[in-house]
Amino acid sequence: MSLVPKDLKYAKTHEWVKIEGDTALVGITDFAQGELSDIVFVELPALGKKLAQNDTLGTVEAVKAVSDLYSPVAGEVTAVNEDLRNDPAIVNKDPYGKGWIARVKMSNPADRDSLLSPADYEVLAAKSAH
Amino acid sequence: MKRTPLFEKHVANRGRIVPFAGYEMPVQFRGIIPEHNRVRTTVGVFDVSHMGRVEVRGRDAFKFTNHVTTNDVSACALMQAQYSILCYPDGGIVDDLLVYNLGDYTLLVINGANHDKDVKWLRDNLQGDTQLVDVTDPMAQLAIQGPKSEPVMQKLVDVDLAAVKFYWSAWCTLAGVRTLISRTGYTGEDGFEVYFPTAAADNVWNEVMAAGREFEIEPIGLGARDTLRLEMKYSLYGNDIDQTTNPLEAILGWVTKLDKPNGFVGSDALKKVKAEGVRRKLVGFEMDGNEIPRPHYDILVNGVKAGVVTSGTMSPSLKKGIGLGYVQVPHTAVGTEIEIAIRGRNAPATVVTTPFYKQGTRK
Repeated sequence: MSLVPKDLKYAKTHEWVKIEGDTALVGITDFAQGELSDIVFVELPALGKKLAQNDTLGTVEAVKAVSDLYSPVAGEVTAVNEDLRNDPAIVNKDPYGKGWIARVKMSNPADRDSLLSPADYEVLAAKSAH
Repeated sequence: MKRTPLFEKHVANRGRIVPFAGYEMPVQFRGIIPEHNRVRTTVGVFDVSHMGRVEVRGRDAFKFTNHVTTNDVSACALMQAQYSILCYPDGGIVDDLLVYNLGDYTLLVINGANHDKDVKWLRDNLQGDTQLVDVTDPMAQLAIQGPKSEPVMQKLVDVDLAAVKFYWSAWCTLAGVRTLISRTGYTGEDGFEVYFPTAAADNVWNEVMAAGREFEIEPIGLGARDTLRLEMKYSLYGNDIDQTTNPLEAILGWVTKLDKPNGFVGSDALKKVKAEGVRRKLVGFEMDGNEIPRPHYDILVNGVKAGVVTSGTMSPSLKKGIGLGYVQVPHTAVGTEIEIAIRGRNAPATVVTTPFYKQGTRK
């Protein structure tokens, strides 16, 4: 059973969101990193990139799999996790902490209402598991 | 969906099961990278029972095998194994395979995904007094691979494995059953493949796992099988070779004996290809940066498309992106600077010598 922290919101595409004021910290869930396993490359978005909700935020690659990452909220990229360039496996080890991907300054605060609660995401992850 | 006789073992070992070649197969157990490293450092075991196994019997068995395969079966001595190719008349590749000379018959080991196609192809081309016996289901197959594979297997078999050289085989008793063991594999490491009756699969598996315990033997999935073979530039049918590629451009000329006295299916077309010169070649390349090439990405030279990637991965041994791809002549020389189109950006890469991994213990 993968971890689904109660203080986060989630996207159907397996990203987590931590909303802090008008910014959103984004990463991939424990379930997602477990499914990918052995993450060997993370392509980060450019700083200042403007995103609509569900635009491609980056790409996460495992040895055998390539998975796009979608921005759960609209906004502008204000920070990326530079540590992932040299050690992408941090995402496997600490998906909700040191493995964060990007920080987005939200342009549409109402986006948060379209995100999943931890309980709803748990159901989704259980259904996606094989 | 079919299951190999070891499916329950894979589930018990917490294998992640995926459909492959019509079978439910484990793509990974502990993880592709640790499994890959296990094979490179000690020993791992692969269930390769999904491969197709076909015996060619009859008075004309060898003549027929020589007619449909590109390598020279007359050069394959009793108990020797030979890597070879089945071609269409136009020189396109039906499959790559192993041919064993087992005395009064040959054993062909073909790709699982091509089993039905290959058997039909062989039947459609049958000549003389020749019978095909499909032994895929009654036989199971394991690959025990890694520098410690000989000490593990020597505990279990009644033949001297030191006398079984690279690409040779022997009949032995393993877990009480008659088994064909060969020093072959798809990893670049020393290793063996064993062929035995399906009913003995659980016993053979248990004996191999017990004998390998001192070397931390573990089951290896299809994911690491792919990274191991790619580091050696071993072709994978469906990726690097298929009906639209020929053995000469795939750099498999070393198993394509165009001077065989009676030729082979496809030899006329391939002689023409050789005379005219190939227009593209399958090359190996390494990324200059930390990107990872993947199949179907374009290859560019000076900004112009010059080929396409057929296999690509992050190499667990080299810790960088490596790939294979067909590149237009003359951009195929080692050291040529190329670019790989990855998500709209052109990432620099360099054509390199292969195998990528040069420390393999393969005999």
